[in-house]
Amino acid sequence: MNDTPKINTDAINVILATDCGSTTTKAIMIEKVDGVYRQTWRGEAPTTVEEPFANVTVGVLNALTEIQEVSGRRLIDDAGEIIRPATATEGCDIYISTSSAGGGLQMMVAGVVREMTAASAKRAALGAGAIVMDTIAANDKRRPHEQIQRIRELRPDMVLVSGGTDGGDTKKVTEISEMIAPAKPRPRFGKSYELPIIFAGNDKARPEIERVFSDDGFDLKITDNLRPSLEQENLGPARDMIHDVFLEHVMAHAPGYDTLMSITDAPIMPTPGAVGDILQTIAKGRGINAVGVDIGGATTDVFSVFDGTFNRTVSANLGMSYSISNVCAEATMPTILRWVHLDMDEHELRNRVKNKMIRPTTIPQTMEALVFEQAVAREALRLAYIQHKAFATTLKGVQQQRTVGDTFTQESGGETIVDNMKLDLLVASGGVLSHAPRMHQTAMLLIDAFEPEGITELAKDSIFMMPHLGVLASVHPQAAMEVFERDCLVYLGTCVAAKGTGKEGKNCFSWSLDGGARGSGEIAFGQIEMIELGPEETAEIELRPARGFDVGAGPGKPVTKTIRGGTVGVILDGRGRALALPEERAECRAAVTRTIEAVGLYPDLEGSAV
Amino acid sequence: MAKAYTPGLKVSSRTTHLAHRILPIAGEVKASLGDVVDADTIVAETFMDGDITPLNVANLIAAQPGDLPELMLKKEGERVEKDEPIARSKGMFGMFKSECKSPASGILEAISKATGQIMIRGESIPVQVKAYLPGRVVEVLPEEGVVIENEVALIQGIFGVGGETSGPLVMGCSSHEQGLDAEAINESMAGQIVVGGARMTAAAIRKAQQVGVAAIVSGGIDDSDLKAILGYDLGVAITGSERIGLTLIVTEGFGEISMARRTFDLLSSNAGRSASVNGATQIRAGVMRPEILIPLSSEAMDADSSQSSTDSGVLAIGTPIRVIRDPYFGSIGTVSALPEAPQVLGSGSKSRVLDVSLESGEVVTVPRANVELIEA
Repeated sequence: MNDTPKINTDAINVILATDCGSTTTKAIMIEKVDGVYRQTWRGEAPTTVEEPFANVTVGVLNALTEIQEVSGRRLIDDAGEIIRPATATEGCDIYISTSSAGGGLQMMVAGVVREMTAASAKRAALGAGAIVMDTIAANDKRRPHEQIQRIRELRPDMVLVSGGTDGGDTKKVTEISEMIAPAKPRPRFGKSYELPIIFAGNDKARPEIERVFSDDGFDLKITDNLRPSLEQENLGPARDMIHDVFLEHVMAHAPGYDTLMSITDAPIMPTPGAVGDILQTIAKGRGINAVGVDIGGATTDVFSVFDGTFNRTVSANLGMSYSISNVCAEATMPTILRWVHLDMDEHELRNRVKNKMIRPTTIPQTMEALVFEQAVAREALRLAYIQHKAFATTLKGVQQQRTVGDTFTQESGGETIVDNMKLDLLVASGGVLSHAPRMHQTAMLLIDAFEPEGITELAKDSIFMMPHLGVLASVHPQAAMEVFERDCLVYLGTCVAAKGTGKEGKNCFSWSLDGGARGSGEIAFGQIEMIELGPEETAEIELRPARGFDVGAGPGKPVTKTIRGGTVGVILDGRGRALALPEERAECRAAVTRTIEAVGLYPDLEGSAV
Repeated sequence: MAKAYTPGLKVSSRTTHLAHRILPIAGEVKASLGDVVDADTIVAETFMDGDITPLNVANLIAAQPGDLPELMLKKEGERVEKDEPIARSKGMFGMFKSECKSPASGILEAISKATGQIMIRGESIPVQVKAYLPGRVVEVLPEEGVVIENEVALIQGIFGVGGETSGPLVMGCSSHEQGLDAEAINESMAGQIVVGGARMTAAAIRKAQQVGVAAIVSGGIDDSDLKAILGYDLGVAITGSERIGLTLIVTEGFGEISMARRTFDLLSSNAGRSASVNGATQIRAGVMRPEILIPLSSEAMDADSSQSSTDSGVLAIGTPIRVIRDPYFGSIGTVSALPEAPQVLGSGSKSRVLDVSLESGEVVTVPRANVELIEA
């Protein structure tokens, strides 16, 4: 079921793609224009998973109908079916879709050792696009009856069980399974649903696992061990199995998905899985390291590809509406207010935050409200990135051979593979980033939260097209790449930041630009400056860091590189890394005000700024 | 376009309400079609599997897992009592036998030869579903539950904590703008649902807890008061399982905010009547708001046969609305204009807006996303 169908890519001229989200179904049309694939039209309609429609296909056809109306191209025939193949004026050649409707894919994972097999299982589930509800491990510091109680409370769509290396001890992984089976986790699709259990652990334990899950109510699937040896992680088979089970079981139980599955030309993918796939395709295609972030109302997803290794984390309860109160609780209000240069009443802000939580669809009407909301967003993104860095540690990705020495390192916690100095591209998506009134605000939100070092391109997903392109990459990578570069990404520009710290006002680095923009100058520590360099322009930048500062080649060593412009331009950031704002409130406000004025973040407010 | 869709909270003086009372797992339905039930009537019942207690017996008596079945004094499916010996090792030459006692009472569900682990299943846990809404059973869902129908006055709150409860409505404030303080709560309010006007204070809630008030309904609550009562800062609005001794429902939001006059008038006109309330709130896909249901007597239904109605969910000139975001948060008024073209807000964003005539007479412009209908 997971096999990608054979499609003659040369014959594809018109592509329709939808992403069925929890609330909105977004459709795009991609056409071959002058030999190049371009995204041409878009449409959207409310998702129709819930009553009174309870059929996701209705929302899909509504969204496609909107494209039909704006483009003038007939896409749906009188029988309500998508016209295929395309002619000069009608239909499309392929139709593909992703889905996160109905809460997406919710999983529980289990392993023997929390830092090893359980961590690998979690990575497999997250990489497949799941929400991991809980991770059960023999050493997770909960007592067995507490673990069982937790399993009973959850309502997962499926469970991934791992544990043990191939041929090793079978006892521990069997013990974990023996706890899951009698706890009888209740699937959210009701009593008729046989809960899929994917076993990806010690191959020697398979007979015992089959015995444990032989009762009614379980549908056991066995695949290759995701940790065949201590030095090897093999997530591919488990991820493929998750995807198969997602289609066979989860999607089949969601209203109208049987119809949707029958009309797509490629398997439906979970939305975050598709986003991860396109980011990997791009990083591989361009030979770069990339980080993508999608900040939503309830959660924040962070995706990264460093040296070819992909990681995804979902920070549950870090979001801008449903979870905004949780961001404030986790970050603390004084930390959020570091980014605010205006007088604000903390007590009133707390009530405002709670009011946003209970009425999540409201938008900031005043500039003050926007400043505060963007301050919260900085902290939500910062916290999500910290969680991502802690999760994306050394033993990662597929079939990575490691030495025994590395194994011991991993056991002691693992080093993060996220290296901001190596980061080439940072991509933003999600309401607060995509819909910021000024692109400068989006750029500064990214810089303040992620603290990129050296030279980093900044971009945003124009209309949240990455899911569509992710699933397109599975059938037509070239089309996906072309649309990604030309229409999906809006390049904001390039951030240049020196790693290190120094005295306020002393030289941090000097720079000179040649090409689309010309000039030279010096950036003092604590200073930030913006240079215009248009979206289609590039320039060669020469950077000479002061002693102790690093812009990519090592402390004090110069760097020359061609950089890309964007709607914002080049941001020369001399505030140091790690980015530390003054602790004293008045000094902090003054520093933030200087940044806001230098970048022109809130031009209507600058007069009232401190 | 003179109309636009926007969500709202229901405030209705009379509506036919259906309460779906469903068991979490299959069980026995206790009520029959046509039965007239009270709030406390048990309409469905079931038993959930008891808690599991795992125990690695092989480790405890220093035996091999494969030998465990023959060392067990109890077999799978047999009942065991807490502290009863359940396994005994062979010892050395018949001596130094070690014994394992059961950590819990229940049924010995499984003995694993692979791991030496046993599972004891505790007593089944009864789960009962009460009617909650007094009324007539209009549908029986076999093995699942019932649907109860009644004519009610219905008020949806914006946020609540605590679960289902019921009791007579009693007024704690004389106006919709009056805050609910501790002085307004007295002993006679035990078991009752106290209606306040504006903000309910932490002191009022504490007094209500002491007195045994069933629930408080008021316009607003302060974030710091909620934190003090719950003992933690609420991160996401998924509530209903709090155990604070009473149910709290706010109709407008957080802060110093008055209850909408219409809501207050409806509640006060029903003072003395019994009501069913639920504070459970879930603000995610499949949104759930707290509710106040006041079953109406037949006289009230006859007397109040006419009621205002608006097109549900549709904004039009004259529609009563509530502004739900600063700088006009909590203001109530009617739609006075619905401009077609999006406008640039003070924040710099472009958005579709509407004009509101506030109760004060002032006309203000706000984004359409920042209002909600007060639905009849």
